[in-house]
Amino acid sequence: MNMKVSLAGVEFQNPVMEASGTFGSGAEYGEFVDLNRLGAVVTKGVANVPWPGNPTPRIAETYGGMLNAIGLQNPGIDTFIKRDIPFLKQYQTKIIVNVCGKTTEDYIEVVERLGDEPIDMLEINISCPNVKEGGIAFGQDPKAVEAITRACKAYAKQPVIMKLSPNVTDITVMAKAAEAGGADVISLINTLTGMKIDVNRRTFALANQTGGLSGPAIKPVAVRMVYQAANAVRIPIIGMGGIQTGEDALEFILAGASAVAVGTANFRNPHATLDVIEGINDYMEKNKIEDIKSLIGAVK
Amino acid sequence: MAKVKERASVLCQERLAEGIYSMWIQTEQIACQAVPGQFVDLYCKDKTKLLPRPISLCEIDREGKRIRIVYRVAGAGTREFSQYQPGDSVDILGPLGNGFPLEEAKGKRVFLIGGGIGIPPMLETAKQLTGHKNIILGYRDSHMFLKDEFEKTGRVLIATEDGSAGIKGNVLDAIRAEALEGDIIFACGPMPMLGALKEYAKERKMECLISLEGRMACGIGACLACVCQSKEKDSHSQVCNKRICKDGPVFRAEEVEL
Repeated sequence: MNMKVSLAGVEFQNPVMEASGTFGSGAEYGEFVDLNRLGAVVTKGVANVPWPGNPTPRIAETYGGMLNAIGLQNPGIDTFIKRDIPFLKQYQTKIIVNVCGKTTEDYIEVVERLGDEPIDMLEINISCPNVKEGGIAFGQDPKAVEAITRACKAYAKQPVIMKLSPNVTDITVMAKAAEAGGADVISLINTLTGMKIDVNRRTFALANQTGGLSGPAIKPVAVRMVYQAANAVRIPIIGMGGIQTGEDALEFILAGASAVAVGTANFRNPHATLDVIEGINDYMEKNKIEDIKSLIGAVK
Repeated sequence: MAKVKERASVLCQERLAEGIYSMWIQTEQIACQAVPGQFVDLYCKDKTKLLPRPISLCEIDREGKRIRIVYRVAGAGTREFSQYQPGDSVDILGPLGNGFPLEEAKGKRVFLIGGGIGIPPMLETAKQLTGHKNIILGYRDSHMFLKDEFEKTGRVLIATEDGSAGIKGNVLDAIRAEALEGDIIFACGPMPMLGALKEYAKERKMECLISLEGRMACGIGACLACVCQSKEKDSHSQVCNKRICKDGPVFRAEEVEL
């Protein structure tokens, strides 16, 4: 039985990673999960300089989901390179570094700094709904998506994943724009912009007023978008949005994702990533699937 | 010290006051490692509620491998917990965060201060602090949950907002009314109380350790939801943010902005 998948020439021992921002750089979850068993660790977004993030409260629970507006708090690329990459190099897992920025120059600076680092892929975050500059501003206009992709590709020494926002009219337009800009892979979906009102305090539940909705509540939207994107572009897709079990992950794979990421489920269950790997394994055994690649995009 | 997620079982549940419940939980590993001031994350059985609820440890029985939580029903998640019966299972993650540095109290006169639902974590702290101490508890009214149990550990002063018991006012009013003197404060309670204690301690050059709470997702320091502002740049975040779940919940009052 083969669970290996390959994305842009990088081979992953299995298709399961965790979604950026839910797992730090793995140090905290390493107490619960053997990081060696993950297909990859996708780090929390890192910028050229430290970002303080948004005021609190930064999260709120919703029915079957949660809103977050962390605001991409991160320690900056210097600390990240000194501390987080050496930590992750202790493990037999691929390293995907999520990159955020306010301007094209910010993104390029981080991409360049990572050029000689022993990491496997870059994931460019153009879809964070919780920051005023950068983030989603790059991800809602196809021209901007193509331009930032091209700019990152011009400097990147590792394959580039463009992380797309679901807060668009037509996901296929953005997927094609990323492909046209030279993206090696696309990942989707980031969170859906939402809002919660605290009726007792008669104010917003989040200090940022709006936040990104994640968790099982958004899974059908995510599966639909992955299916649409898979039928619009030739480059591989990392699918995510509400995955909690192996069967959830298989929905994304059957819809066309070559790999999947587990996000909010980590908060509900620190072992969620491993449970998803085992769930896929069980499904393959039960259904006598020799190679997981035969399932990718199998639902037409 | 390793954090674990385990399936524990409810030993008993009791309503202490309006909306305040006490639950003893049988654990495998959590109780053996826990120290006063730490907390646990409880997961709801209702799977539409994704996030664990952080709840402080009220008592720790290492030999019996039991922990006690005393919590307020604040929403649907804690309401679910309040309905658990003996024998029910409950998924818990813990022990989480850093407890009170009890060793710093050695040879000092301690103020142990709890306000409202910040009172419970001070009980185990009171039990383990055997030196000179004054316990000051602030309640809304005369529904003084846990008061009797605190009295077994030392001298207890009461302040109530409505004046129905003890001194009318807050914990600082009680301290001033009794002209209490101390060297170090351990406290948990609402933000305004902690802010006032921070000022009080600063004026008197007392050490002051406070336990904070915040909206959390992961409970282990990864998601960065529960940060508080720190005075100095934090070495982990490289900005003036500390994680309540991982760097706290107990902080030196002077290191955080309240």
